Amino acid sequence: MSRVYTIKNKLVESRLFLNRIIASFIVILLLTSGLIVRLVYLQIVGHEHYSTLAKDNSIKIEPLVPTRGIIYDRRGRVLADNTQSFSLELIPEQIKDLDDTLLRLQKLLNISDEKIDQYQKQRKRQKRFVSTPLLISMNDEELAKFAVVRPYFPGVDIQARLVRHYPYAELASHVVGYVGRINETEMKSLPIAEYRGSTHVGKIGIENTYETELHGKTGYAEIETNVQARAINTVNSVPPVPGENLYLTLDIDLQKTAYDALGDFNGAVVAIEVKTGGVLVFASRPGFDPNPFVIGIANDAYQALQSSENQPLYNRALRGLYPPGSTFKPFIALAGLEYNAISTEHKLFCPGYYQLPNVSHHYRDWKKGGHGSVNMTEAITQSCDVYFYSLASTLGIDRMHSFLQHFGFGEKSGIDLAGEKPGLLPSREWKRSQHNQSWYPGETLITGIGQGFIQVTPLQLARATATLANKGKIVTPFLVKNAADPDSADFERENHVDDIELKPANINTIISAMVNVIHDPHGTAKSIGKDINYQIAGKTGTAQVFNIKQDAKYNENDIDFKLRDHALFISFAPADDPKIAVAVIAENGGHGGSVAAPIAGQVIKQYLEGVNEN
Amino acid sequence: MKTETRSEQFHPPSLIGNILRKLHIDIPLFIGLLLISILSFVILYSAGSQEMDVLVRQAARVGLAFLLMTALAHVDPYQFKRYSAMLFGFGIMLLVAVLIMGQFGKGAQRWLDLGVFRFQPSEMIKITTPMMIAWYLAEHALPPRPKQLLIASVLIIIPTLLIAKQPDLGTALLVASSGAAVLFFAGLSWKFMLAICTTLAGLTPILWHFMRPYQRDRVLTFLNPEADPLGRGYHIIQSKIAIGSGGIYGKGWLGSTQSELDFLPESSTDFIFAVFAEEFGLFGCVGLLSLYLLIISRCLYIASQAQDTYSRLLASSLAFTFFVYVFVNIGMVIGVLPVVGVPLPLISYGGTSIVTLLAGFGILMSIHTHKKFIPH
Repeated sequence: MSRVYTIKNKLVESRLFLNRIIASFIVILLLTSGLIVRLVYLQIVGHEHYSTLAKDNSIKIEPLVPTRGIIYDRRGRVLADNTQSFSLELIPEQIKDLDDTLLRLQKLLNISDEKIDQYQKQRKRQKRFVSTPLLISMNDEELAKFAVVRPYFPGVDIQARLVRHYPYAELASHVVGYVGRINETEMKSLPIAEYRGSTHVGKIGIENTYETELHGKTGYAEIETNVQARAINTVNSVPPVPGENLYLTLDIDLQKTAYDALGDFNGAVVAIEVKTGGVLVFASRPGFDPNPFVIGIANDAYQALQSSENQPLYNRALRGLYPPGSTFKPFIALAGLEYNAISTEHKLFCPGYYQLPNVSHHYRDWKKGGHGSVNMTEAITQSCDVYFYSLASTLGIDRMHSFLQHFGFGEKSGIDLAGEKPGLLPSREWKRSQHNQSWYPGETLITGIGQGFIQVTPLQLARATATLANKGKIVTPFLVKNAADPDSADFERENHVDDIELKPANINTIISAMVNVIHDPHGTAKSIGKDINYQIAGKTGTAQVFNIKQDAKYNENDIDFKLRDHALFISFAPADDPKIAVAVIAENGGHGGSVAAPIAGQVIKQYLEGVNEN
Repeated sequence: MKTETRSEQFHPPSLIGNILRKLHIDIPLFIGLLLISILSFVILYSAGSQEMDVLVRQAARVGLAFLLMTALAHVDPYQFKRYSAMLFGFGIMLLVAVLIMGQFGKGAQRWLDLGVFRFQPSEMIKITTPMMIAWYLAEHALPPRPKQLLIASVLIIIPTLLIAKQPDLGTALLVASSGAAVLFFAGLSWKFMLAICTTLAGLTPILWHFMRPYQRDRVLTFLNPEADPLGRGYHIIQSKIAIGSGGIYGKGWLGSTQSELDFLPESSTDFIFAVFAEEFGLFGCVGLLSLYLLIISRCLYIASQAQDTYSRLLASSLAFTFFVYVFVNIGMVIGVLPVVGVPLPLISYGGTSIVTLLAGFGILMSIHTHKKFIPH
């Protein structure tokens, strides 16, 4: 490139560039004029139109909130519905002196300071021009009092709203759950358009898991309103689609029987339809009344629930972790047979304790003096610990772990409720990674009788029992049977997940031993075998309470009670054609046979006799 | 606009002016930016529900942005030219890093977490792309030949696609337009530009195919907002009501009633112009547009006075891109362009965009205040 060419080029470039600067400036001016023309159109030509839209005397787009679906039990009894309720609501931006208005309302209707505080907090979170409730569920007297003076309270009005109601209160609180006000975190994650106008959302339980189905689809209406913001005329509307009604597999009568049968014990009862996995009973005692949560529970009431030593908010059936104790023995015995580690006839002498080779420690049997010579059936019937120490030692932790995994121990069952705990099925690898320690032989022994690290939930125990009853066919427990009416098709789901391959002879041995637990004179739960014309298969358990939670509050007098063993019982019936599987845990109940078994007995009896009636 | 002659630079009118000049600050541009920043606080106070901590946080960002501008104004423009390619390459690397990290996260990934603060590489690319194109074209004679055009186009398309993939369509389009602006100022023939526009129109269906569902929603909603009044159309309908109800004189500061756009964050970010228009009316809007025009005019003047090709191309494209930001945001809020999520420059709440913009102005000031005496 020659020097001359470059210089000449620079001059050309300069001129070209200046031209482009001028061109761009013209483009910018033209486009800006375009913006201004549009603004003139909006702000001068359209001003009147948009002002009308903007002012109170206008057409507003109002969301039409769908009615929440009703939750029924398996026989159509209402577990959650919507009741009409009147609330006193304020639009702060339409009130001249909010403090004065609140003060006058407080005097008129005897509103507590706490409610005023609550309102103030909620108001600050709200968007502007949104009606915010001060009083919810007004009674007739309050309604009448306010109706008289309403003209003196601009910006304050009575609104009719549907409020969620739970007729069975604490009985099904942990299953059905409750709805509560949408909080800030939820506001961010919920679809905005769908929840414009919705005030509540499912917090726990079925209300939470099936939020989408229960909520329905929001519609909208274009409403013409007058200066007082009262609707005059609906111009156009798209109706909301109400939420689906849900039918649960739960039987509320049976649930009540189980709940009442627990009596004064804290604990849980879970009953499953063996063939389908449908949950018949899902009781956690104590429960709590979910109704106050809907309208916003008072702070002190909530604190009382939270700090109660009985932990009523805690869903024991879903999240309670317990050592399974002797209810574990049928599973260990089955493992022994399947791995050919032991034969059915093999007899073992039980002197009342067990010793590992070259270790002086005595692993004790619950029965002082021992059970004498026992075979497998007798060991299960009488719940001989020594037999299972020995069997566990032969099997080893690795084989026990891999066999028991198939029965769902140590993993979530997959029930349609959020917050399930997976429990803990210990293994060598687990101990290495969690405690950085190797596995000790003594730990294998106590795992064999369902003690030590192992932790199961009542739901897992019921599911594993159903799997035994099904002879290895695994089902996923579920609560929601179908939507719409009870006759319609069930929710499409595949509940039969897998099969454990078991030799028929082995599983039959275990089942007949479990029948002996109830129907043999030596059986640990023989008390519930009387006066029934079918056979129950079961296993008692008594789990040691190792320690009380450090932060738990308790009375001096209660210490002894709190240190008592948990009573457990697993069962299914009828033994020859299982229909129902039940797991019971009564905290600090003492003995499984005397406390937990009768609870299961009552549930089974009521269910089977009910089935026979139908 | 006040016309400034070269001689003024040697006769300081005041002490402050003298200091600013020492700092290589261009006074008319600085005054314009300062005015608009003050205006930003006034509007933000109203739009952000009168919360002081919104203002405090914004003030911190604006302060940081002004510091960065001053620092960049101090740098010799030759240095920008020298490191153009390197900075561009570095920016592309960061974009790739963000994309790879995004594979492990969920949804949109635009941030690079540096521990102390988070950094959005696409913001940096908004400046380094025109730098790169200006540097590349300045190496050759102008107007650019087909081969250079092709290479420049590829250089523009790479960051555009990387950002579109995040996905951040708004920023991608802005980056593409900043690169295209350089080509325009470099003397791309009008015929060629017409051809490109025709081709792009033909490519629209293909672009549609690659758009995310939410991006398609935005375009559809723009075409017919009434179709979804509770969801996506809500913004545009409410925004138009707010602006229209403002009328000629507006409802006065803090007087907005309609600017509750229901999606609270956006009333102080992308849709802040609706609040402004409702409160200050048509007069306010024309005033604000005039202020923007003054800033842009000054920038174009700086570009016209620049001494070398690189500086001219960079300065003019930065000026033009600034206008594009203003136009796209206001056009979106008043319902003539689709909602693409571009903030109103220097006014919207939010940090990175202000920092990038003022960095650009810093470069412009550097170009204007580092002139060397070259005999013509």
